[in-house]
Parts: sequence; structure tokens; C-alpha cells
Amino acid sequence: MERIPILKMGDSLLVSIQVDMHDRLAMTLQDDLTAKIVATHAKGVLIDISSLEVVDSFIGRMLANIAAMARVLDARTVVVGMRPAVAITLVELGLSLPGVRTALNVEQGMKLIVPHEEGADARREA
Amino acid sequence: MARTEEMEISDLLTRHESAILEDWVRIQAREGRRSHSLSDDDLQEESRTFLSLLRTALQNGQAQDIQGRDWAEVRRFLEDLSRNRAALGLTPSQTVTFVFSLKEALFPQLQRHLAKDPSQLAAATWSVSTLLDRLGLYITEVYQKGREELISRQQQEMLELSTPVVELWDGVLALPLIGTLDSARTQVVMENLLQRIVDTGAAIAIIDITGVPTVDTLVAQHLLKTVAAARLMGADCIVSGIRPQIAQTIVHLGVDLQDVITKATLADAFAVALRRLNLSVQKLGAPPRSSAAASPAEQG
Repeated sequence: MERIPILKMGDSLLVSIQVDMHDRLAMTLQDDLTAKIVATHAKGVLIDISSLEVVDSFIGRMLANIAAMARVLDARTVVVGMRPAVAITLVELGLSLPGVRTALNVEQGMKLIVPHEEGADARREA
Repeated sequence: MARTEEMEISDLLTRHESAILEDWVRIQAREGRRSHSLSDDDLQEESRTFLSLLRTALQNGQAQDIQGRDWAEVRRFLEDLSRNRAALGLTPSQTVTFVFSLKEALFPQLQRHLAKDPSQLAAATWSVSTLLDRLGLYITEVYQKGREELISRQQQEMLELSTPVVELWDGVLALPLIGTLDSARTQVVMENLLQRIVDTGAAIAIIDITGVPTVDTLVAQHLLKTVAAARLMGADCIVSGIRPQIAQTIVHLGVDLQDVITKATLADAFAVALRRLNLSVQKLGAPPRSSAAASPAEQG
């Protein structure tokens, strides 16, 4: 069965979604990711959706859910690389993903979750 | 009967072409003295072309049906004529006069030609008159359509022109909004902004609403949508240029702008943006805040 790979980098987990998301895949990702956060004691989750061209309300909700679950497990989630069309769609669907951090690309996203980047968090909170 | 009238008129046009043409150009020139300045040569040429096209169409087609295939040439000619004259700044009535003045040239000829048969004269006169009226109306329609195209194109251009995204600093975008924000514009604004965020990798976008005359709940909702979309792309938005009345309106309407950073002026917003990027603006030659002093050369 198809799975989305979850990579561990230091204290964070890196998920890069490269295929079309369908509902089953999204549920599997949710299961795998929560299990992995617990197993690795990860403090951050970075989800790269730059290859995702179509996002429906279910996938949007799933992203929000993953972020909420990660927060419960004490890991912060950053969603990076959202395309303009996807952003507009999500906003039109009324899903503005409150509580999910966002960044333009993986590089800037890593700055948000890697702890030794001081100042970045402080600025973010301000 | 109609068929023979058309033949009749067509015959008349063939036989007395030069006389009709001469009369017609003279009449047009007389009208033209008052209203516009087309050169006589152009007028002559256009009139000749139109007469010959008209004759051909009359030989083949029905006078009642100027939308038919036989009249395609005449229609094309009139479209060009209408467009050219509009470009020269002539009013529609001046343009239509081109066709209507042909009546004045044609009727005396008809009269002479059919003097012995009054009933046919009346029928032919009526037939010519309605035909030329139809052609005249067609010119007006074309003119109108041209105007409408112009208006819709300008609307489109205005939409594009009125939503520039400017880069204030490396990583800081500004979006000065001018005019009312409706759904269509919000869409364009949002797309432009998000695309520029991708292109420049900007982390902060300042939306300046100084030029937005009124902010109602709908406009506020559109603003919030834009802010939310930009946030999803990883850029923070600051809304600036909020005039006192607008601040009052927003509060009275109960619009919740809690999640958005708002500033009174673009300058304030820019200062916030620079601070976020750990930058500051300093007066040249002012004593530097840090102990690392500027070089004496700079002071001089």
C-alpha cells in the first residue's frame, strides 16, 4: 500500500507530499505521523505541500488536525510551500488553518522549528 | 414586386452612377463643411466603393435582409467606415449621415427615371429609404458595439492597473489599494499578492487601504481573506492606512480585526516590517547607537 515517507532530521520530522492526496492516504499519514512523533520524541513537524496542486476541504481539515494532534504531543507543525491557488481555495472554503504555522519554503520552515534558531520564534510570537 | 424594385434601383445605379456619385459627394462635402474635415479624395473614394458594393448586393440579394450573405461585403465596408470615422473623432450621427445623404442624391434620379409611373416611384422610394435606414442603423450598432468593447477593455485594464504589488524592501511587499474592493478585485489582488510572495520570497506584506473610500463588512471580509491566504503562504500581513472614520466604522460594524496587525499609516507599518527583519533606519552622520563608531570619512 502507498505511504508517504516521514523523514527524521534531528529533533524534527520532515514530510514531503509528492503525490496526489486521496482520503485514505491522508488518514494513513495521520496515523503514521502521530505514531512517529511519539516514537522519536520529535519537537517539530514540517509538512511540504509544494507539489500539491489540488486541496479539498478534507485534506485541509486533515492538515489542521495533524497540527492539532502534533501540538497535543508537544511538537509544532509548520506547513510550507503552499501554492497561491491552493491558499485561495482554502480561504474560500473557510479553512484558514488557525494554529498552523506556515512558511514559503522548506528553508524558512526549518528556521521556524529548529530550536537553535533563536529570535525566529520570538519574532514569530511578537 | 420587391425583386423588380431592387433590379430597378440597381439599374438606376448602374446607368446614372457618375451623376449620383457626383451629387452625393457634393451633398456630403456640403454637410462636411459644417461638421468634420474629411478630405474630398477620401470621400470620393469611399462613396464610389460603397455605391458599387451596394449595386452588387442589390443585384444578388434582398433589400429586406441586410444580414444575409449577399450583404456581407457592404456590412464589412460599413464596419470599417464606422471604425475609421470613430477614430477620427466623428459622432455617430455624422457617420450615419454618410449613408443617409445618399437619399438626397438618389431620389431626384428616381423621380426622373420613374416620372411616368407614380405608384412604382412611391414603391421604389420607400424601398430605397428603408434600405438606407437599415444600413444607417447598422452603422450605429457597430459604433455602439465598438464603444462597449472599449469600455470592457478599459475596465479590465483598470482592474490590472489598480492593483500593483510593490517591493518596498528585500522581503517586504506593499499593496496600495485604490478604489472599492469588490469580489472580482479581491480575487485579482489576492492572486497578484500571492504570486509576488512566491516570486520574491517576501515574509511581510503591507496592505495599504488609504485609497479605499469605504470599508463595510464585505470589504473587511475580503481583506481578512487576503490576509488569511497570505498567511497560508507563510507571509504576515499588516493592514495600514486606516483613516479615523474607517476605524470608527470598523468598530461600529463589529468587524473583528484582532488577528491582523493594523497600523494608521504605511510608514508605521514599514517600521514594524523592518523591525521584524531586524533592520533599522538611521540618520547619516548621527551618533551610532552601538559602540562601533562610523568612520570619520563618513562624517565629513
